[in-house]
Amino acid sequence: MLPRVLRRRKSALAGALILVVIALAALFAPALVPYDPIKIAPAAALSPPSLTHPFGTDQYGRDILSRAMTGARLSLLTGLGAVAVALTAGVVVGLACGVIGGWTDLLVMRVVDIMMAFPGILMALVVVAVLGQGTLNVMLAVGVSLIPTFVRLVRGDVLSVRENAYVEAARALGCWPTRVALRHVLPNVVAPIIVISTVAIAWSIILGASLSFLGLGPRPPIPEWGIDLSSGRNYLLRAWWISSVPGFCIMLTVVAVNLVGDALRDELDPRLRSLANL
Amino acid sequence: MPVIVGVSVVVFSIVHLLPGDPVLAILSGANATPEQERELRAQLRLDDPLPLQYVRFVTRAVAGDFGRSIFTRRPVIQEIAEQLPSTLELAATAIVIAGVVGLALGLLAAVWHNTWIDRAAMLVALGGVSMPSFWLGLLLIFVFSLQLGWLPATGQGGVSRLLLPAATIGLNYSAVIARLVRSSLLEVLGNGYIETARAKGLSEWAVTLKHALGNALIPVTTIIGVQLGNLLAGTIIVETVFSRRGMGRLAVTAVLDKDYPLIQGVVLVSALGYVLTNLLVDLSYSALDPRIRHREAAKA
Repeated sequence: MLPRVLRRRKSALAGALILVVIALAALFAPALVPYDPIKIAPAAALSPPSLTHPFGTDQYGRDILSRAMTGARLSLLTGLGAVAVALTAGVVVGLACGVIGGWTDLLVMRVVDIMMAFPGILMALVVVAVLGQGTLNVMLAVGVSLIPTFVRLVRGDVLSVRENAYVEAARALGCWPTRVALRHVLPNVVAPIIVISTVAIAWSIILGASLSFLGLGPRPPIPEWGIDLSSGRNYLLRAWWISSVPGFCIMLTVVAVNLVGDALRDELDPRLRSLANL
Repeated sequence: MPVIVGVSVVVFSIVHLLPGDPVLAILSGANATPEQERELRAQLRLDDPLPLQYVRFVTRAVAGDFGRSIFTRRPVIQEIAEQLPSTLELAATAIVIAGVVGLALGLLAAVWHNTWIDRAAMLVALGGVSMPSFWLGLLLIFVFSLQLGWLPATGQGGVSRLLLPAATIGLNYSAVIARLVRSSLLEVLGNGYIETARAKGLSEWAVTLKHALGNALIPVTTIIGVQLGNLLAGTIIVETVFSRRGMGRLAVTAVLDKDYPLIQGVVLVSALGYVLTNLLVDLSYSALDPRIRHREAAKA
């Protein structure tokens, strides 16, 4: 599926390549970084991009490139982790609701409606308020804020797939409901789930970085794109590179994810066009 | 209505989900005086059965009483009333900017479908969707305040201080609208009645503006409604970037300070506002779409 999309759409291929590079940089950051991303070096503070520091240094003399590469780990982790949370909850609950129906479904959908009343970031703020600040909590907060979208999508698709003759046939043959759900229904709702997950990753990376930018995520001196962008705010004129590099990294990552996501959506499920704008 | 009740339950629970003694947990960050602790205990009356506490919470909230902020010691409702106008002003300006820019980009892209104009417009939109608002805001500050010196970077008051933050949210939001206007227009332009309009010799612009746009805007309205939540998200971040007063700023400080009465108030008011605007969006369908109006008339 993915290889076909990549072959047919050049923009998706470009996005995928960018993502691979970022992922590799993040994965091997500890081995690759030219400098310690946390160690302070006052002598080198605020030096502009040069051969020794390709992206310059921040107000503490830390190498921006090293921080950006290390920061990618947290951003990608937040994006993937949050979507994993939402995906698990969404598939389990959505599938159960769609297959069981009745009172369970009604009740769960009411809860989802209530969750929907809190726009994404507000929900995330509430979760952070209860759980406290920190990397893991931001990931959970972003994940929780995505759950209602996932549950709705999965349930809706399950309801329409359930009407198919093959599902009825499976049931008539005496399959257990769990078997029907997992073997006959789930495989047929995978496509929209993949599409929405890609968009959700992009969204989670932005939301996660936003929360760190606001000071609700991991604490300095941990390298993280949102934190670094925020710490460079007061040096915009003297050292534009401090904020620009992490800002550009976030944008590049999200553009790349969106390029792949757009292509997947067009290939797999054109119907999702409006939903995918999340 | 059930949603609003549910929202109030969630907001009510925030305090009860805290680990340990809620009063101590709430006051832990606050350097509280024993007097404050007594007041909060009296306010929360945590020994009562939960349903009773909930009823009391709702009765007070309906009357606009969310208790006092732990830090400023002022009534939460007063804090909110002071910050709300600033955010509403920001949000309204942002929506106008988003609507104008988004509609223009989407129209350009749809009318010149599959040309370089389309591709350029969509590239801009992709950039807009992918650009975190705090980064866009800083870029705007850098260009328009620090380099060109046209507009003040931060603070409150006047159109000049409203323009940059509103543009930050507006441009982010317009990208979403542009993508949607384009795809929705392209879909509508494929309809038979469009061919008719073309056949009678109307120019492509006349066809698009007079015949297609109205129908194309219906799905756009839905998403604008859904996206209002993201607009709120935008204000939370943008108010911080531009050091503006407002609900978003209030929410962030409340969470950072663990000022739970304030969190409850802000969250409840924001969620209610969100539910209300979505209701308005739902109602606006029938104004936009005669088909829905007639269906509803037929049902009644």
